[in-house]
Amino acid sequence: MNLTLKIWRQPDPDAEGAVHTYEVSEISEDMSFLEMLDVLNEDLNAKGEEPIAFDSDCREGICGMCSLMINGSAHGPDVTTTCQLHMRSFSDGETITIEPWRSEAFPVVKDLVVDRSSFDRVIQQGGYISANTGSAPEANSVPVGHDKATRAFNMATCIGCGACVASCPNGSASLFVGAKVTQLGLLPQGQPERDSRVVNMVAQADEEGFGGCTNIGECAAACPKEIPLDVISQLNKDLRTAIRHGY
Amino acid sequence: MATPTKSAPALVRNPQSTRSTIALKLLMASSGIIFVLFVLVHMYGNLKAFGGHDAFNEYAEHLRTFGEPMLPYAGLLWVIRVVLIVSLVTHVVTAVALWRRSSHARPVKYVAKKNGHSALSSRTMRWGGLTLLVFIVWHLLNFTIGKVNPSGGATGDPYNLLVDTFDLWWMTIIYLVAMAALAMHLHHGTWSAAQTLGLTGTARARARAKALGWVLAVVIAGGFSLVPIFTVVGVITK
Repeated sequence: MNLTLKIWRQPDPDAEGAVHTYEVSEISEDMSFLEMLDVLNEDLNAKGEEPIAFDSDCREGICGMCSLMINGSAHGPDVTTTCQLHMRSFSDGETITIEPWRSEAFPVVKDLVVDRSSFDRVIQQGGYISANTGSAPEANSVPVGHDKATRAFNMATCIGCGACVASCPNGSASLFVGAKVTQLGLLPQGQPERDSRVVNMVAQADEEGFGGCTNIGECAAACPKEIPLDVISQLNKDLRTAIRHGY
Repeated sequence: MATPTKSAPALVRNPQSTRSTIALKLLMASSGIIFVLFVLVHMYGNLKAFGGHDAFNEYAEHLRTFGEPMLPYAGLLWVIRVVLIVSLVTHVVTAVALWRRSSHARPVKYVAKKNGHSALSSRTMRWGGLTLLVFIVWHLLNFTIGKVNPSGGATGDPYNLLVDTFDLWWMTIIYLVAMAALAMHLHHGTWSAAQTLGLTGTARARARAKALGWVLAVVIAGGFSLVPIFTVVGVITK
């Protein structure tokens, strides 16, 4: 495959960025999207040019490190992470626009790399439970219904990649915050901190500069882990309950 | 990504639930529901135009004498007006605050951005809302505050003012465009309010809230549109 790539280049956080055009040839359709970028970087290295900076780690779709806005869709046209997106999803001769996540809370570090530590701070504010240390408790002493356990697990599959924020026209982090609040709220271990968790996490997300949710649904459609929109309903319900409880 | 790029915001200490963006959304949803109930009743009242001159004017007068002698003349009407004014201010103020937040949340726009997974109505809530606001100003000047008769006739008689207004084809078009905007606003607004109030926790509840959005949009905007259409084609006459 031969492709034309339009890629956002920005040498450092304060520099003015711009879209640069590159041509790549002899790309196999069995390559992942990141491998295609690796090929381009080999090429740039050989020419003595600065390679394109982009995030990646596990390359098996479980770590949440890769990102990229590909032709206007977070993680590209398929419901998966960019590392699991294959070139067979594109056609020969296609022009592909590649941009970093755009959010006030995700400043660009370099080229396509953004700083997602705002998510870490949101998690720091309540994405945990408090448990006694020491020997592990008897597993069956706290019963959890199968439906709740399954649902909590599904919400826990969020890898924190930030595709929800990137695809939201409001730059809202509600799906991310909602997934964690719902996951912990479904389990008995999450109850003691339930009210303070939602208030603290939402306040931190607001502080970081994420926008408000307008329930349009672009986030859930872009989520590589298919977190459903009803976690935002649960988030709103938990916050409403926290208001009632005076938090 | 662990590489900090700028001085990161500090962790918020002792935040208040009522100062969050979700609290703003809750205010927006509740004031929106008041409007949904109002337009539903208002639409029903308008259909009295099909009953002719006397039925329509009697209904209009009855709105003012409702609850007498417990309430003064037009007492109930003023209670409703105050509730609506408070709701309107709440709805607009929270919308402006959230709109500003959203524009700051993405300082650099995408070169290419697809929004293929959301309804057009959901992405036009803000401009659609502004359209409705402008329409409400005109509508109040037309029928309530100013009683402007665009055809230059008398303004004292509610039914005749209505027929004179919608006999003009361009006035009918203005009202129909406004009803299209209202339908879109109701379509997404109903679902969005249910979601904001935390009532859509399951896939079934989500489908129901979306269906309710469609029903309210079609029934309310469609019901409102009947009177102008049937006036301009000459079914409703003086």
